Amino acid sequence: MKLHEYQAKQILASAGVNTQPGVVAETVEEAVAVARKLHEQNGNDLFVVKAQIHAGGRGKGGGVKLAEGVDGVREKADAILGMMLKTHQTGPEGQKVRKVLIADAVDIEKEYYVGVTLDRQTNMNVIMVSTEGGVEIEKVAEDTPEKILKEYVDPAIGLRSFQARKLAFGLGFEGAALKQASKFISLLYKAFVDNDCTLAEINPLVLTKQGDVQAIDAKISIDDNALFRHGDLTALRDIHEEDPLEVEASEYGLNYVKLDGNVGCMVNGAGLAMATMDIIKLAGGEPANFLDVGGGASAETVEAGFRIILKDRSVKAILVNIFGGIVRCDRVATGVVEAANNVKIAVPLIVRLQGTNAEEGQRILQESGLKIETAILFREAADKVNAALEELAV
Amino acid sequence: MSILVDKNTRLVVQGFTGREGTFHSEQMIEYGTEVVAGVTPGKGGTKHLDRPVFNTVADAVSDEGANTAVIFVPPAFAADAILEAAEAGIKVIVCITEGIPAGDMIDVYHYVHRKGAHLVGPNCPGVLTPGAAKVGIMPAMIFSEGSIGVVSRSGTLTYEAVDQLTRDGFGQSTAVGIGGDPIIGTRFVDALRLFEADGETEAVVMIGEIGGTAEEEAAEYIKEKMTKPVFAFIAGATAPPGRRMGHAGAIIAGGKGTAEDKFAALGEAGATVVKNPALIGATVKEHLATA
Repeated sequence: MKLHEYQAKQILASAGVNTQPGVVAETVEEAVAVARKLHEQNGNDLFVVKAQIHAGGRGKGGGVKLAEGVDGVREKADAILGMMLKTHQTGPEGQKVRKVLIADAVDIEKEYYVGVTLDRQTNMNVIMVSTEGGVEIEKVAEDTPEKILKEYVDPAIGLRSFQARKLAFGLGFEGAALKQASKFISLLYKAFVDNDCTLAEINPLVLTKQGDVQAIDAKISIDDNALFRHGDLTALRDIHEEDPLEVEASEYGLNYVKLDGNVGCMVNGAGLAMATMDIIKLAGGEPANFLDVGGGASAETVEAGFRIILKDRSVKAILVNIFGGIVRCDRVATGVVEAANNVKIAVPLIVRLQGTNAEEGQRILQESGLKIETAILFREAADKVNAALEELAV
Repeated sequence: MSILVDKNTRLVVQGFTGREGTFHSEQMIEYGTEVVAGVTPGKGGTKHLDRPVFNTVADAVSDEGANTAVIFVPPAFAADAILEAAEAGIKVIVCITEGIPAGDMIDVYHYVHRKGAHLVGPNCPGVLTPGAAKVGIMPAMIFSEGSIGVVSRSGTLTYEAVDQLTRDGFGQSTAVGIGGDPIIGTRFVDALRLFEADGETEAVVMIGEIGGTAEEEAAEYIKEKMTKPVFAFIAGATAPPGRRMGHAGAIIAGGKGTAEDKFAALGEAGATVVKNPALIGATVKEHLATA
């Protein structure tokens, strides 16, 4: 689960990590009030107004503006709130900005990168730092990998002070800033572990002209599997940032990801679902979605799946691919027929059922009176998708 | 021979008396697996499915000689269950549970490793050696005895591959579902090493997917050490970057972990790359029949 910058900063600040002071606002009036308050607290007259959307590249898209005084904040917040912000990570239509973060502008001496993530090769958490702050870390890794320093954390002993120091030295910190930087790294790592993060990225971390080490931006993702023990974090989910169809699917316990193609698919199991997407492409189509209905594939879940797939107007055909292992194909077939009867399906429907009682399942589908192309082998299903697409093209 | 489970497997089921545990234990017993005990804390001393129930794995080991464990415990308690099995001296631990926090699995992975045990999973369908033992939830009827090792990150796609192999006349030595999580106990390279050493396995079918670099690691091993033929399919060639495809580990992050990279690495290493998931069995047949 991704968090907004302001949420990430709240989590980090409450864990003692030095972050740029700022408060989130949903209206222009709130933004103005926040600026006044920040001015009273810190005496600052220069502010940053930052659009709060999950996608990166907000600055380039015009979602981050410097503002002079309270009036400046009023003007910039008015411009940014409600805008459709387009970045390289949003769709072409952009993402609506519903919140802005008002923060004190900072006099920057130098920018750095600090990130914590899980390293799948060593099965340990890794802390990565770089002097190339403000740049995408993937780009640094590609162009100048020697500029990334890493420390792996052995779970048996946890992160130790010498490791944090090593990273701070590696970044070239000295004197009081060195102490601040190593403390920053230690506290960031603690926040990462305590909140079951999969990613905690500070880009940039800055050294201010006044000699302070602080986080100017923050990106945090939480492990979905760990949300059961973080009720407070669960409340931070922002469904406005998610595709409405994906939100609806999750309410039915379906795992759906919308894609750009023309052939919808419904499959049991994530691996088989990906393989089904791949075979749609090999059959001459493009997958319109990923959809895992899970082990059960009952009439209810299949019906919900059909409804969600068909809300995507680009879908020209649907392939259902169920490998019935423990679940019997005749039961799945009955469910598919019931669902197809309830949902008006105007596009070609191909159903492949394989596994226990596959022939019986096929017979139920064929005798249902519905227009369903059936298959037992994966190969046959691909051929029938191909045939359906060719017929549509004529 | 075979890998991980065989006729000598003496299985203890953790989460034995729950709904999932009960259903799948019945299936495993029906297949002929030697299910010797179950563990459900608080129900020790009772009987379930005609097997003794213990409070701890250690009791199941000392009283019934359990040497393998399968775990059907909810995600919040599953990491603890794996640690308990490893501490009790179990050497093959198969964890079916989906949804264990990655942070928990970091600790578990390193502990199990230190104990010298094999962990398979989590978030996996288990291990099945045809004609000998089924440990997990794989549908038994698609399997046949033979000499093809199967290793896969997915559940139903494993069944798909096994079914194709059986239809094309190629039985399996053992099929291992290693799981779709970012941190798993047995990786491709571990399974390949076991299959390479197994006298009964003549070739291996490996089913990978997008995300991580486990397939690339496997390619290194294939190139340097593997003498047996490997057939490899990678699911997710059409998956977009940055989106998680169902499995917690199936995500292309920062441009890394694409199907294209994995196919390329495996192809270079000398594996036979299968680009069409409907032709896994057919490709094996084509190569092994003429060999």
